[in-house]
Amino acid sequence: MTGVSSEGPLVGKLAQRAIAVTAGLFEMGDPPRLLASSCNECGQPHFPRQETCPYCSADGCTDIELSNNGTLWAWTAVTSAPPGYKGAVPYGFGVVELPEGIRIVTRLTESDPARLSYGEPVHLEIVPVYQDEDGRDVVTFAFAADASDAPVQGGE
Amino acid sequence: MDRVEVAGVGMHPFGRFPDVSLTQMGVVAVRAALKEAGVERGGFQAAFCGTAYGGVASGHKVLGAIGMTGMPIVDVEAGCASGGAALMLAASSIASGQYETVLVFGIEKMPKGMIRSSFFEPWQEESGMSATPAYFALRAQRLMQTSGVTKEHLARVVVKNRSQGVLNCDAMYRSLVSEGEVLSSRLVCEPLHLWMLCSPNEGAAAVVLTRAPSHGANAGLTRESRASSVSLLAAVLRSHLPGPVLGESTPMAGLVESHVVASGEDGAFVNEATLPSATTLAARSAYEEAGVGPEDLDVVECQDTDAARELLSYEELGLCSDGGAGAFFATGATERGGRLPVNMSGGLLSKGEPLGASALGQVVELVRQLRGDAGDRQVDGARVALSHTVGRGANAGVVILRG
Ligand SMILES: [Zn+2]
Repeated sequence: MTGVSSEGPLVGKLAQRAIAVTAGLFEMGDPPRLLASSCNECGQPHFPRQETCPYCSADGCTDIELSNNGTLWAWTAVTSAPPGYKGAVPYGFGVVELPEGIRIVTRLTESDPARLSYGEPVHLEIVPVYQDEDGRDVVTFAFAADASDAPVQGGE
Repeated sequence: MDRVEVAGVGMHPFGRFPDVSLTQMGVVAVRAALKEAGVERGGFQAAFCGTAYGGVASGHKVLGAIGMTGMPIVDVEAGCASGGAALMLAASSIASGQYETVLVFGIEKMPKGMIRSSFFEPWQEESGMSATPAYFALRAQRLMQTSGVTKEHLARVVVKNRSQGVLNCDAMYRSLVSEGEVLSSRLVCEPLHLWMLCSPNEGAAAVVLTRAPSHGANAGLTRESRASSVSLLAAVLRSHLPGPVLGESTPMAGLVESHVVASGEDGAFVNEATLPSATTLAARSAYEEAGVGPEDLDVVECQDTDAARELLSYEELGLCSDGGAGAFFATGATERGGRLPVNMSGGLLSKGEPLGASALGQVVELVRQLRGDAGDRQVDGARVALSHTVGRGANAGVVILRG
């Protein structure tokens, strides 16, 4: 199930000059990865990584990498910039379900809700959000519909 | 446990008042409530002030301005349920026998537009993960999927609440709107249009609670005030259980239909779909404490931060079955003149939402309803009432009152 975004918009082109919006959430590699952990006690996966399980309070969790492919569970688009936001609008926003049994709140590369549907296959990409003072792309994770795997999404 | 009564209520209207300070708004509401209760300086032993954006010692500034200090003053932050949290603390301090009379008030002065919340990390704001209406929209979409709710229902919730706001001089929006107008207002986050979202604004509300006189005594209250007394049967605050991705706890991830450890719920494993929300936990606890059920309610004020949130609350509060919100609303039960009118104050969709004050604003409305004092908005013969607020945290407050 991997390799879907091996030619993704950023990995190749921008990775060298790109910086993550925050550390510890994802790897920008090829393919990219979301960094999660799994509880040694109850077995539930959680994101982002932490030592204590947010579901059963047990200490001791093991790092896992989540699947890059999932299905769309809920979606919308943000049409005006929320306070503090440094990117462009509109942008897609939603929840994606992954096979590990976890639902991730995420940006979506598709900003037209009418072009998305419940349960449709999606995959992980790393996308630019804005440029910092040094002209570097600040990137974050997002999910894109497999069906509309356009080379670069405008407006992002 | 001692019985708790509402001795007086007061409001500063909800709206936008560039020339009125946060403290001044609080003073207006507090003085009105104290006057109605016949409580003077030295007549209350503690004060609880709900505010989310007020800043350091907001409650002290209000009471300092009118020379009523010396007692403990506790400022309480619990997001949209800040006033509910303050009320819970105040009520339990009386019920436990600690105090005789306690002042509770909520104050807020918020900028226009989308709420900026210190809840989010800077990176979440910078990368677009802090758009509050987007979370509301995702929740609304799920409700449309699971509960037979349509976009037309969402518009009609706004029409219903705004038609009541017309009758409320404490509301910010006081004009009628049509379903078509709501649906043609600007799309904020599909399926939510601008008028389906309440506006963060300014205002204050205050409530004086007092221990109910023991049987036979009248504690110096006049015959009139005794006849119109309102009992506080329950004031409950609860937080969320871990698991649901779109709960008000606003996590970055949640669990699929797999089993979740419901801490605080006997450590039992329950399915995500049946995991009680913060609102449901608060409602169950409040019904039990009050000794009433949803079927006993005559009038309800619930959290209509957005139109879908009101419909979701119907299910969480047990006003209708799970998955039945759309059908229940379509019966007209929650309209004026229906079996269980909801948000007869106009709701937050008409009043706006000053976070710290909104929960107590609901209580003010319900006390007036139960006294038969709600003017054109009066629900005839209202005897038992419930108010509900929920917001980020998650925090959920449920209050049950009896006239
Ligand atoms: Zn665990």
